[in-house]
Amino acid sequence: MKLTLKIWRQKNAKAKGIFATYKMEDVSHEMSFLEMLDALNKNLVGEDKDPVAFDHDCREGICGSCGMYINGHPHGPVPAVTTCHLSMRYFSDGDTIWIEPWRAKPFPVIKDLIVDRSAFDKIQIAGGFISVNAGAAPEANSILAEKKKSDKAFDSSICIGCGACVAACKNASAMLFVSAKISQFALLPQGRIEAKERVRAMVEKMDELGFGNCSNTGACEAECPKQIKLTNISRLNREYYKAY
Amino acid sequence: MNKILFSSLSKKFVMALAGLFLLMFLPVHLIINLMLLKSDPVPFNRAAHFMATFPVVKIVEIALIAAILIHISWGIFLQIQNWLARPVGYAGGNKSETSFFSRFMIWTGASVLTFLVLHFFNFYFIKLGLVPGDPENFYSVAHNLFKISAYNYIYLICFVLLGLHLFHAFSSAFQTLGLNHRIWTPVVKVFHRIWTPVVKVFALIYSILIPAGFAYISLTLWLFR
Amino acid sequence: MGKLVSKIPEGPLAQKWTRYKASVKLVNPANKKKIEIIVVGTGLSGAGAASALGELGYSVKNFCYQDSPRRAHSVAAQGGINAAKNYQNDGDSTFRLFYDMIKGGDYRAREANVYRAAEVSNQVIDHFTALGVPFARDYGGTLDTRSFGGVQVSRTFYAKGQTGQQCLLGCYSSLNRQIKKGNVKMYPRREMLDLIVIDGKARGIITRNLITGEMERHGAHAVVLATGGYGTIYYLSTLAVNSNASAAWKAHKKGAFFANPSFVQIHPTCVPQLNEFQSKLTLMSESLRNDGRVWVPKTKKDKRPANEIPEEERDYFLERRYPAFGNLVPRDVASRAAKERCDAGYGVGETGLSVNLDFRDAINKQGKKAIENKYGNLFEMYKTITGSDPYEEPMRIYPAGHYTMGGLWVDYELMTTIPGLYAVGEANFSDHGANRLGASSLMQAAGDGYFVLPNTISNYLADEIRVPRITTDTPEFEAAEKAAVEKLTRLLSVKGKQTAASFHKRLGKIMWDYAGMTRNEAGLMKALELIRELRTEFWKDLNIPGTIGELNMELEKAGRVSDYFELAELLITDALNRKESCGAHFREEYQTPDGEALRNDEEFAYVAAWEYAGEGKPHILHKEDLRFEEVEMKVRSYK
Repeated sequence: MKLTLKIWRQKNAKAKGIFATYKMEDVSHEMSFLEMLDALNKNLVGEDKDPVAFDHDCREGICGSCGMYINGHPHGPVPAVTTCHLSMRYFSDGDTIWIEPWRAKPFPVIKDLIVDRSAFDKIQIAGGFISVNAGAAPEANSILAEKKKSDKAFDSSICIGCGACVAACKNASAMLFVSAKISQFALLPQGRIEAKERVRAMVEKMDELGFGNCSNTGACEAECPKQIKLTNISRLNREYYKAY
Repeated sequence: MNKILFSSLSKKFVMALAGLFLLMFLPVHLIINLMLLKSDPVPFNRAAHFMATFPVVKIVEIALIAAILIHISWGIFLQIQNWLARPVGYAGGNKSETSFFSRFMIWTGASVLTFLVLHFFNFYFIKLGLVPGDPENFYSVAHNLFKISAYNYIYLICFVLLGLHLFHAFSSAFQTLGLNHRIWTPVVKVFHRIWTPVVKVFALIYSILIPAGFAYISLTLWLFR
Repeated sequence: MGKLVSKIPEGPLAQKWTRYKASVKLVNPANKKKIEIIVVGTGLSGAGAASALGELGYSVKNFCYQDSPRRAHSVAAQGGINAAKNYQNDGDSTFRLFYDMIKGGDYRAREANVYRAAEVSNQVIDHFTALGVPFARDYGGTLDTRSFGGVQVSRTFYAKGQTGQQCLLGCYSSLNRQIKKGNVKMYPRREMLDLIVIDGKARGIITRNLITGEMERHGAHAVVLATGGYGTIYYLSTLAVNSNASAAWKAHKKGAFFANPSFVQIHPTCVPQLNEFQSKLTLMSESLRNDGRVWVPKTKKDKRPANEIPEEERDYFLERRYPAFGNLVPRDVASRAAKERCDAGYGVGETGLSVNLDFRDAINKQGKKAIENKYGNLFEMYKTITGSDPYEEPMRIYPAGHYTMGGLWVDYELMTTIPGLYAVGEANFSDHGANRLGASSLMQAAGDGYFVLPNTISNYLADEIRVPRITTDTPEFEAAEKAAVEKLTRLLSVKGKQTAASFHKRLGKIMWDYAGMTRNEAGLMKALELIRELRTEFWKDLNIPGTIGELNMELEKAGRVSDYFELAELLITDALNRKESCGAHFREEYQTPDGEALRNDEEFAYVAAWEYAGEGKPHILHKEDLRFEEVEMKVRSYK
C-alpha cells in the first residue's frame, strides 16, 4: 500500500521543529509500524538524508522505549499495543499518518520523535522502592501475601514506563504512572511499611516536575498499552490522604 | 505543611469536596424554586425569608460561598497548570477515548460561573443590600425575570451546561476522593462490584433531573404563564 | 594454559563459597567511599551489582545505552527464575539445581561457579520478594512455582509471563534507592567505546554521550561489565534490537579473553519469521511447553489447517523421541528436533519453517480460564503479532537465537584476564556451559550482581585503597579517546550507499545459515569467507548521514556491526576448533546414529578462552581444563 507520512522533524532540543511529508510506496500489511519506519529510514540513508530518530529497543512491547503519537493516539489507534507491536494491517492504502513525539512539558523533545522521559526516573528515585539491602531480606515465604492482592499488585506493576498516559492526557498528567507504582507497593505487605513516605515523596516530585493535574478524563487508561486501570489513581488518592 | 496543602492531590481533594458540597445545595435550591410554580407568592417568599434569616442556614451560607470561591479559584488555577503542562499541542488532534464531558469542565464551569454572577446580581446582592430591590419579595423578582425571553435563553443554556458539568463532576469527585471502590467492600460484598456503575447511573440521573427541574420552572413561567 | 588462573577455592564443593567468603580480603567502610567502581549495563546483573555495591558504600557510576536503566533487556525475560527452595517438597536441593545446570550445560561449565550460582539462588528469591517483586502466589499466601524445561522438579518462580520485567523493576527500584542516596550516579544514553587499562589494570572507560555525541572519560578503581550477550549477531533474534557486544568486544581487544564464543542458545519457542522486513523474533516463553504439545503432521507438506488434522495423523515428535522429558526437553534438544522435522519437510505454515505448539488438550483438561491465568499475556502477544488466536488454533513456533553462553572469560571471582575488570551476567561465560537451562539466566544474573560480585570484588579492591581517584587526563585516556573518535570518523567517512542495518541483516543470515543450530566444517569455512567479503564491502559501501557530534543512531549501529564482523569470525573459529557436539554447539560430523549430540570429553572438556593477538592476527587459544569432582560426565539423555 501507499502511505503519506507527516512526521515531526526536529534537529535537536533547541531547534525549531516542523512536519515533513514523506511518501511511502510498497508498505506491506505484515510490517510493524517500526519496521515501516525502518524502511523509510533505509530510503533516507540511501539518499544521504538524516533518518528519523525514534526510541525503540526490545520490539516486543515490554521495554517501554518506543512511543510515538500516531493519528491522535499514543501508540496509534489500536488499543493495548505499543508502537513496536502496532501492525500495519490496521492502515489502508492511501492513508495519511501523522506521527508526533509525546508532548508534555516534563518530556522535552531531544530529536525528532525522541523525548526525554527522565522525569519518570526522577519520580521513581524519589521513593519508588522498598528499602532493603542485598542480604538483609528474610526468607521469602516468611512474607505471606494474600493471593488476590498480590495478583492485583502484579496488574499494577506491569507498567512499562513508556509515557503514553502522559501523552494521552489532555493535562499531561502522570497520575496513572505514579499510581501504578504506588499501588504495586501499597498492595503488598512488604510495601506497606514505608507507604506513607513513598506516596508523599513521589507525589511531591511529580508536582515539582511540571506534570498537569488529573481531571479523571480516563484517556490514560484508554491508551495504556498495558491496560493499567484508573482504579489505581483512586488508590493513589486514598494512599495520599492516608499519609497525613 | 505547605507542600501537603498545595500538592496537586490536595488541591483536587479540596475541589472535589467543595464540588460535592455544592451538589448537595442544588436540590435544596430546586425544591424552593418549585414553589415559584404556585400562584400564591407566600410560600416561596417565606422559604426565601427563612433561608435568608435562619442562623444555621447563615452558617451554611458562608460555607457555601467559601466552597464556590474555592471551587472556582482552584479550578482555574489547576486548569492553567494543565495548560502549561502541554506547551505544544498535537497536530493530529487528541482522539483518545475519554469520559466525554471531562474535556470541557473548564468551559462548562465558566458558563455556570457567568450565570452565577448574573444570578447574584438578581437576587443575592439584593439580599445583601448591595443592589436595590425588595428582598422580601423574590417571588415577583423571579416571575418578572422569567418574563424576559433573553433571560430564559441564558438560563436554559446555562442549565444544560451545568448538567454536562455535573455529569463528569459526580463520578470524578468520587474518584478523586479515593472512594470509587473497595471502601464499601466490607459492608456489602456485592456492592463493591456494582459500585462504579451505581455512581455512574446516579451521576446521570442527578445531572439530568436537577437541571431539568430548573429548566421546567423557567419554561413553565416563560411560556405558559 | 599459564594465563588462566581460575582461582577456585580449596575444599569440598559445597563449602567452597562459604570458605571463600570467610577468608576474602575486605575493604574498610571508611575506604569504600573513596573507591570508585564503574558498572556498565543496568540489567539484572548490572543494576544488581550497582545497587549492591552502592549499599556497601562504594562510589558507583552506572552506565546504560537506553534512556532509562529500566529498559535493559532483562526486562524481556518471560518464564521465570529458578531457586533451590524446595517449596514443593519434590526433592529439590542446591545440589540438584547445580547438577541440573551442569548436566543441562553438557558438562562444559565450571563446577565451582555453577554450584555457587545454585547456592545463592535462594538469596536472590528472598531479596526480590523483599523488594516487592509480585511473584505468583498460592492461596495460602506462599510463593508458587512451576516446572521448566530440562528438569524434573518445580523450582521456577514466576510472575505470569513477565518475570524478567518484574525482577528488573525490582533491581531498578533498588538502584533508584542508591541513586537517591548518592551512592550511585546514573549515566543513561551512554555507549562504552573503550576500556582504559593502566599498568595492566582496568581503570576506566571512554563513553559517547548518545544525545550530544560528546566523548566522555570516566575513571574508576575497577570496571564491571554487565553488558549482556551477543545474540543479535544473528540480526534476527529474541534480543532487543540494540543489544550488542561492543563493550565486551572492546574489553576483549584490550586483553580480556573471550570464552566459548560458539556456545549460542537457539530458543525453540519463538514466533517464526513472517516476512523479509522483520527486525525481531519474539520469544514465546518456554513455560508454554508445560502445557503445550509440540507436533507436526505425519505427512510431508500437509497444508490442512492444524485443527483439521486428526489425532492419529499428528507426530508429537518430542514426546516420541524423548519419552522421559517429552515436551520439556532442554532448549537445544527441542530446537534441533524442530529443525530436523522442518528440514525433513514436515514443517507447517507458509514457509514450512515452523511447528505447532498446541494447547487444545490442556484447555480441554484444565479449562480456558486456567490456561489464561498462566499464559494470558503470552497468548495475547502472539495474537497481536500473528493475528491468530492460540485458544482456537495451535501456535506456530520456530527456534531463534536467544542467549549466549559464551562471553568474557572470568575466574571464580568473576574477574576477567584484565585485573580489575569484571564481567557479570550474560556477559561472562561461566555458569551455563554449552547450554543454558530455562529460568537460570535471571537467577545467574541477579546472583552475580547482588551476591557474588559484591563479595569477590573486595578481594581486589582491598589492595587498591591507597590508589587515589583515577584522573582522566592521562596518556591512556587520551589515546583511547583518540582511537575511539578515529574509528567513528572512519565509519562516517566511508560514504557509500548501504545502511549499517542492511549489512547486519546479511551478516545475520550467514551466521544463522552456517553457525546457527547446527554447524559443519565446510559450512563454517564458507561462512568465514563470506563474512570477510561482507566486511570488506562494509568498509567500502557503508553510509552514515550526519556527524559524530549529534544524536546519530546510524553511527551507533555501524559501530556495533563493525564489532560483530570481528566477533563473528571468532565465533566461527571457536566452532571450528570444537570438534565435538555439546549442548547448543552441534557439529553435524559428531553425532550419534540417532542424531543426538556426540561429546568428546577426552579432547574437549575444556573452556576455550581466546586471546586477541592484534589486528589481522589469528586469536590465540588458551584452554582451561574442566575437572569434575562431584559429578561424573555422562551422556546427557532425556529419553
